[in-house]
Parts: sequence; C-alpha cells; structure tokens
Amino acid sequence: MIEMLIKNGFVFDPLNGINGEKMDIAIRNGKIVESVNDHKAKKIDATGLTVMPGAVDIHTHIAGGEVNTGRMIRPEDHIKDVVRKTALTRSGTGYSIPSTFVTGYRYSKMGYTTVMNPSMAPLGAKHTHEELNDIPLVDKASYPLIGDWWFVLEYLQKGDLEGCARHVAWMMETTKGYAIKIVNPGGLESWGFGGNVHSIDDQVPNFGITPREIVCGLAKVNKMLNLPHSIHLHTNNLGIPGNYVTTLDTMKALESVATDGRPVCHITHLQFSSFAGDSWGNMRSAAEEISKYINNHNHMTFDMGQIIFTDTTTMTADGPFEYTLYQLSGHKWVNSDVETETSGGIIPMRYKRTSAVNATQWSIGLELALLVEDPWKMFMTTDHPNAGPFFKYPKIIAWLTSRKARMATLKKCHKKAQRKSLLPSIKRELSLYELAIVTRAGQAKALGLKEKGHLGVGADADVAIYNINPEKLDIALKYKTARRAFGNAAYTIKDGKVVVKDGEVVQHVDGKTIWLDVKTTEQIKVDEEMKRKFKQYWTVEYDNYPVFDHYVKVPEAITIKASV
Amino acid sequence: MSVINSVTCPICGCLCDDIEVTVVNNEVVKIKNGCAVCEAKYMGYKSEHRIRQPLIRKEGKLVPVSMDEAIHKAGEILANANYPILYGWSSTNCEAQRVGVELAEEVGGVLDNTAVVCHGPSLMGTQEVGIPTSTLGQIRHRAEVIIYWGCDPWSAHPRHLERYTSFTEGRFEDSEWMAYINKVKAAAGKKKLASARRVETPKKAHDTVAESVVFNKPPEILQKEGRKLIVIDVRKSMSAEVADYFIQVQPNKDYELMQAMRALVRDEELDVDEVAGVPVEYLQEVVDVLVNCKFGIIFFGMGLTQSAGKFRNVEVAISLVRDLNMRTKFLIMPMRGHFNVTGANIVFAWQSGYAFGIDFSLGYPRYNPGETTSMDVLLRGESDAALVIASDPGATFPKRAIQSLVKHPLIVIDPHMNATAMLGDVVFPSAFVGIEAEGTAYRMDNVPLPLKKVVEPPKGILSDEEILKRILEEVRIIKSQKLNQKTEDA
Repeated sequence: MIEMLIKNGFVFDPLNGINGEKMDIAIRNGKIVESVNDHKAKKIDATGLTVMPGAVDIHTHIAGGEVNTGRMIRPEDHIKDVVRKTALTRSGTGYSIPSTFVTGYRYSKMGYTTVMNPSMAPLGAKHTHEELNDIPLVDKASYPLIGDWWFVLEYLQKGDLEGCARHVAWMMETTKGYAIKIVNPGGLESWGFGGNVHSIDDQVPNFGITPREIVCGLAKVNKMLNLPHSIHLHTNNLGIPGNYVTTLDTMKALESVATDGRPVCHITHLQFSSFAGDSWGNMRSAAEEISKYINNHNHMTFDMGQIIFTDTTTMTADGPFEYTLYQLSGHKWVNSDVETETSGGIIPMRYKRTSAVNATQWSIGLELALLVEDPWKMFMTTDHPNAGPFFKYPKIIAWLTSRKARMATLKKCHKKAQRKSLLPSIKRELSLYELAIVTRAGQAKALGLKEKGHLGVGADADVAIYNINPEKLDIALKYKTARRAFGNAAYTIKDGKVVVKDGEVVQHVDGKTIWLDVKTTEQIKVDEEMKRKFKQYWTVEYDNYPVFDHYVKVPEAITIKASV
Repeated sequence: MSVINSVTCPICGCLCDDIEVTVVNNEVVKIKNGCAVCEAKYMGYKSEHRIRQPLIRKEGKLVPVSMDEAIHKAGEILANANYPILYGWSSTNCEAQRVGVELAEEVGGVLDNTAVVCHGPSLMGTQEVGIPTSTLGQIRHRAEVIIYWGCDPWSAHPRHLERYTSFTEGRFEDSEWMAYINKVKAAAGKKKLASARRVETPKKAHDTVAESVVFNKPPEILQKEGRKLIVIDVRKSMSAEVADYFIQVQPNKDYELMQAMRALVRDEELDVDEVAGVPVEYLQEVVDVLVNCKFGIIFFGMGLTQSAGKFRNVEVAISLVRDLNMRTKFLIMPMRGHFNVTGANIVFAWQSGYAFGIDFSLGYPRYNPGETTSMDVLLRGESDAALVIASDPGATFPKRAIQSLVKHPLIVIDPHMNATAMLGDVVFPSAFVGIEAEGTAYRMDNVPLPLKKVVEPPKGILSDEEILKRILEEVRIIKSQKLNQKTEDA
C-alpha cells in the first residue's frame, strides 16, 4: 500500500471549485483519497508551490504511421535536438517530431499526465498502438479517422443511422480507439482522385453525400453511442482565407443536433479555421465573428492550435490541404492516402514573425482564446506539431496569462499583422484557475475522462506541482519566471509515483492506453457477407484487421453502453 | 490436422495475408493461395541447412555449445567492443527489432538494416523531396496507369499484380486479367499458325509475345479504357512480357529519362530527338497518357536505387510524380523486398528518429549516410565486432566489407547455416518468424500485419526476440561487473 501526502500547496482544482486554497492532497495506491496516515505516508512539501491536476492534451500528433513518416523524412529536424541515454531514460531525438521515449519524457517534465493522439488511420491502428506503448510516463488514447470511411459514407447516404452507429461501434472497438475523428469531411474521399470539397454542401463524388450530412450524421451517431467525447472535427476549407464562413456554417448545422445542453462537437485547432479575407494578401482574423458565435451557443468546444514562431512540421489527414501547402512552399511533401478510410499529408513549415500571414495566425489563436468568455469551452494546444512543438507550451501559457508577454511578441511581428491584430485591445489575462481549466480540467471534462483533470477523491493520482507561489509571484508581470516554472515541473506525479522531480525524470512508469469498449444492444453481423465486403474494400483479411489485445501493453478499457 | 486461415506470408514486401496453411503433426503439408516462393518457404523450412544448436568457433571450427555459453560469449563480445555493428533485421519481427534498438543503444554500436544495400537510396530520396504515396488498396481501387520502373514484380513480388494492381477488381477500375489471358492466347495462337505454315520465324526472343510489347511506337492499347501497364527497364524482364508497353531505357540513364519526362509534363519542348535510347516522339505520347489518366502509380526498385545516381534517381522519380500531380492524381511507391525491411525502418525511426544507419556510439542517435551506414563503417575498417541477424551480408556484401566483417568477432542469429553463419564466431539458431514464431511485420506500403505461428520450432530453438533479450541482459550484467571491478580497483 503506497501512500503519499502532498502538503500545504496552493491547489487549483476547477472541477471541484478549488481556487488556490492551501490544502493537502492525499494519495493511496495511485488514487486520490480523503486522507492517509500522516506518519507512514511519503511526504512532499509543497509549501509555496502551485498544485494542479496533471495536465491533459486533447490533440497532439505523437504516434502512428503519419507521425513516423514525418520522423523518417526529416533527419535535419533531429540533428539539432539530441537526447542522451541515461541510467533511467532511453536516448532519442526531437525537435518538432520527437522520438517516442523523448515525447513521454518531455510531456512529463511539463506536468502532463494524459495525452491524446488525435488521428489514427484504422488500417494502421496497430502501428499507432505500438508507438503509444513506447511513450512512457503518460496515459494516452487515440481517435480513429472515420469521417470519410466508406462504410460511414454509405450508411449515412442511405439514411441508416443505426447501421452506421453499429459499424462505428465496431470500428472503435476494433481499433481500440477513444473518439470519432473527422477531418475535412468528404474532402479526403475526393482527394482519392485529387479533388476536394469547398463547402459543406458540395457533393462528394461517387458517394452522393455532403459534408453537412457526414458531420451531422456522425454527431447523431455519437449521441446514440453515448461516447464520452463529442465528435472531434477538423473543418472543411482549413487554412484557406475566408474559411470562417465554412466554420460558422458547420457550427450552425450542428445546432439541431444539440438537444441536451452538452457539447456535440469539438472543433480542433480552430485558429486554422478562423481566417477572413479572400486571399493571402488581405487575409485577416475572424476571431471576433467566431468567438461571438461560440459565446452565444453552448454546443461547441474547441482547442486553439496556437502558432509558435519556429521551424516545425505540418501533418494532418487533410491530404488536399497539405498539397496546397506544397504548392505554396515547394517544400518536401509527403502524401499518404489510406484505402477505404482516409488521406494524409506532411510538409515542413517555418512560422516567421516577419511573415504577415504567420503573425496574423499567431494573433488569431490568442484572440480566440481570450475573446471566448467561458474557459470551459476553450483548450490550449498547438495541434503538435502542426502549429508548433508541444514543449513550447509554456510560451503559450505566458501569452495567455500575461498581456506584457504577448505585446512583447507582437511588437516583433510584421507591421501589417500588428495593425490588424486585436490583441492591443484585449486586456484579459487568464488566472491560474482559468489556466488550470484550459490545460487540464476543461480538457478532461470535454473528453469525458472522469478520473482525470481533477484532484477530488477517486481521481487518478496524476498531479503536477510547479514552482509558482501565487502569493508572491505575479505571473502576468514575471512571465519569464512563469514560463520556466511551467516548463520544468517541481514534481510530476503519475499514478501516485513521483516520475519527474525538478524537471528531470526520476522514475519510469508505462502509462495506460485508454480505449472504448462500445457495447451496442445489437452487434453487427460478422458473417460471410460482411467478410466478403471487407475483402472487396481492403487489401487485408478481416481476421488480420483488428488491434489484438497484445498490441496494447497496459490497456484501460472503458465499457460504454450504447443506446442502439 | 488443422487448417489455418488468413496466414501472413513471411517472404516479400507483398505480405499477402490470405494464405491457407494445412498442418499435420506439427508440419506444414499444404499451402493454398501462396505464390511459388511462399510455397517453397513453407514446405522447405525444415531443410538440412537448419542449425540445430548454438555454435562457437573454437580453434577454427564451429562446435556445438550450450545456450548459456553462447549467450555469455556473445555478451562478452558486445560488452567489450568499442564500435560494434548490429546489422540485418529485415527478416524478423518488430518485437525483435525493438530489442535490437535497445541493444545497439546499450553497447553504443551502429544499428543498420538491409536497406543500406537496397532501398536506402529511396529513404534518402524521400528525405530530399518527400513522397506522394498511399496504401496498396488505393491502387487497387483507383489506378488506371500502372508503371513498374526498374523492378520485376512478376519474378520478385509474384502476386503483386493479382493482389494490388493490374489484375485486381477495384471499386472504380476493373481487372485486366482477361485481357492478359487473351493476349497470351493470341500469342500462342500466332505461334501455332506460323509453325503450321512453316514460315521462317526469326529467332528473336520477343517474337513469342504480341507485337505491342516489342519496343517500338506506343501502341493504341494505351489509349483504351481500363487499366494500362507500362514497364520501364534496361532489359526485357518477365514483367515486361506482361506489359501493355515496354520502354527500354539505356543502362544508367534513368535520371535523364525522368528529367525529360518532367520537362514534357511541364509542357516544355526538348531540343533532342532521343533521350536514354527512347525517341522523344514516343516519350511525348507516353507522357500524354500519364497526364490524361485519372490516377497513376509508379512502382520502382533496384533499377533506380542501385544504378548510377542512386538516391538522385529516386529524388527525380518522386519529383516527376510531384509534377504529375499538377495535372492529375499520381503516386509512387518503392517495391520493398524483405517481408519486414519496412518494419525495421519504421521501428528504428519511432524509437530513435532515424530509419537506418544509426550510430549510438556517442550515447545518442546519429545519422549520416556514408559515415554511419554499416557498409561504410566496414569499408573503412572501423568496427571491432558485429552482430548479424535476419539477413545474409556474407553473401550480398562486397568482398572488402566481408573481409572487414570477419576480421573481428562476428555473432550470427539465423535459422540457416547461410554464408554469414559459416563465417561466424558465435552462431545462434533461431525460429522462422511467420512460421514458428509470431509477431508483427510491415508491408511495403507501411501497413502493419500480424504474423502467425503455425508450427512449433524444433526443440531448443528460440525466437530472435528471446535470443536478443538474453544477450542484452548478459551485456548489462557484464558491464555492471566491469564497473564494479573498476570501482573496486580504484
């Protein structure tokens, strides 16, 4: 029986309404408990330190075929960021696409304890899980890409929502996935022959369905299946000037699906979907229009996709968009379409302050974060590595909590972007409480992870302790100190074990892979007919397709009872 | 007797997973669906070349020893080496490859796989320009123009056409199998007629096949509906015989040919009449077909990666496909050879960041082809020990490299007494992955597939993964003993 007592820290636990109270956190056998034996428990003195639940990242590309192809084609990305082997840790490399061990270590050093890999081509799911197994110190999960899956397109086109739901349940279980991921719905199938969709009412060639029907259909399926997270959506027309109209259209289309006050859709990396203007020359922020809508509706959540000015790598399932980036930059370009399921693309990208467009993009992410009033709707990400590497998160924390920090960066940006930016007029600075929401509590809540993101009794003992004394340090003023503190946790505790101390890894734990075992009342018939159809669609046998149990080193299956 | 379905064949990059294996008394007696090579392996893995026991070279001869003794010797060799090479990896499972990375990191050695003599240049080419590609199912469903450049699937990847390309039924394209059958029948018919009329048939190889396959003007068949097969090679391979059009390129001139095609794709005019032995007029017709098709794919092999230019050839081939994407949908894919060569590169990359030629001697992964690739380390005579697994460099490496290899202690892990094993100092017999040991392998298009164990390995024979784990453990014990010794002496 392993007991631990974190004494006397300033605790920020928004899901339980705790805002900087000085209190003790008791841990027994990897869970938060009411109290422990004061004499026997291992004590951590958190006097003068900030104690938060372990951070949660709702969207970060860290494992699987696409991420790994990115690693393979960018040796120049690794040579500048090498990580030596130590007695406790494996060697590896960064920078924008770190190797797996390094990914786990670097997340943990920032106090992260749960990370979600948001794009998994079902055909390559085994690969994703093999890599997740090699990411230590954090719990993880992965979202299968099914927005352009032939089965989904066909069932929705027929209007058979129940049939669609049963197949989605099968897919979730077969790939050991956690949520329904949709990318540029309809666009990926069109890209199979080099095309794309340009509005949510365009017809997808050969399938007689529109993006609107795909998104609404899957949102309804999501409800029928009672999945803990809403659908996770990368919108159509991502990255195109003027696309905010598509984003608004999409959100409006989903209004009818929202019936019980809970969010029905999470739009990811919203920054990329909030462009106004009609060309790169006059592109500007639509954060005002988008945030106004979100402030007046309760059926959406989103994450930022915040730009970091650095050399990074874009990688998404949005094949046609990645091709567009290739046309713009001429840089090395990977395209990776997956039969029956999805597409994909990779291209390196350097975000520069001196680029008016990049600087405007940078401003958009922060504008969205600060103009949306309810922090429970908004989460901090960079869509790693698309807008920037995850270990630059402390920079974003500084920009969110310190006007001084963001103005300092804005002053170095292209003059055109400075003129267009809304940031000079935004005074808001997130408090530590709100920061805890957007980096852990809110993310866990949106994901439906009941034991994550909070420090109440019964929660997983995932705790992050930072060198910040809220009574003595003004993080809005001393943002550089805050940045350092959030980049090097004083302690990271995973499952009740100290894994990081003073920014260094001190213990190894594997971390669990969370997945959904969705139980429908009527299973889909896995008969000869289904197997024959399977053989027609895919080039692998039905028997070899699933992620077998042995592919997941430390599984945590959550049983879900569907309403279908 | 048991019949096992959906077995994944452990031979080539096709990784066909529809093999049916019949087992009687722990022996494979029948194979269904497999090609000739697949059948040969499944029926022939119990050959007399199997190693039965671990061996150590004592006084010039390999003698049987216990597993413990062999493990200890191997551990000693690696723990005491300054710059060992750990090479091979392409014919074993990902589970073993993962242990390989850990071992290479532990001993500060050079980790490399067979790509260094095969598709290494392809990996390097993608590091220059990326690669527009897909999984094989996309080809089956959509490909209208299929090009095999510098590779001979009919011989080396026998079921490639029938499973993934020309002879498959896709959602949007039909199989050309019947057309091929008719072509063969027509050719046979012509031959019969000619001998019946007792006409002097000139003794040329290509007369036995339909005219369109002979190198001349692009045939009308290229303008038809349906799938079209083009083969580009320096000689008329078996695949060329099957093609709708065969382009014979002069040896070592693929680079020029591809650059010429790029110019034509971009609507530029060429100032010459012929490139690499191909008339520009014909080339223009071919490019027109490519540009006007719905979906095209180029598969390529050693013809590009191992002829003059190497990774520059691959770079240009990929650039050609990138250019074609301005006009239509076009993709490209390397024809990976060994059944898990792709897996080795994938596992190495996710754990270290690099796909092959990885040097751990400084405590972190380094990659610089020409410097850290195993072949070059051997040619410079810099290594002082080696572990070779799931490959046969003793048969495939140049003489100077092998001389360097045998100068120093050599550990070999293989089911067979192959050329490398015959040169080894410590030899471990291992189980056949995909027959006697299960695991994961990656297909040439990066799709992961499970390998099954259908029979038990011979008594005392361990899997690659198990042997490597034991060696790693032994290395750690020896190293910590050395460390304790040092602190005691100090």
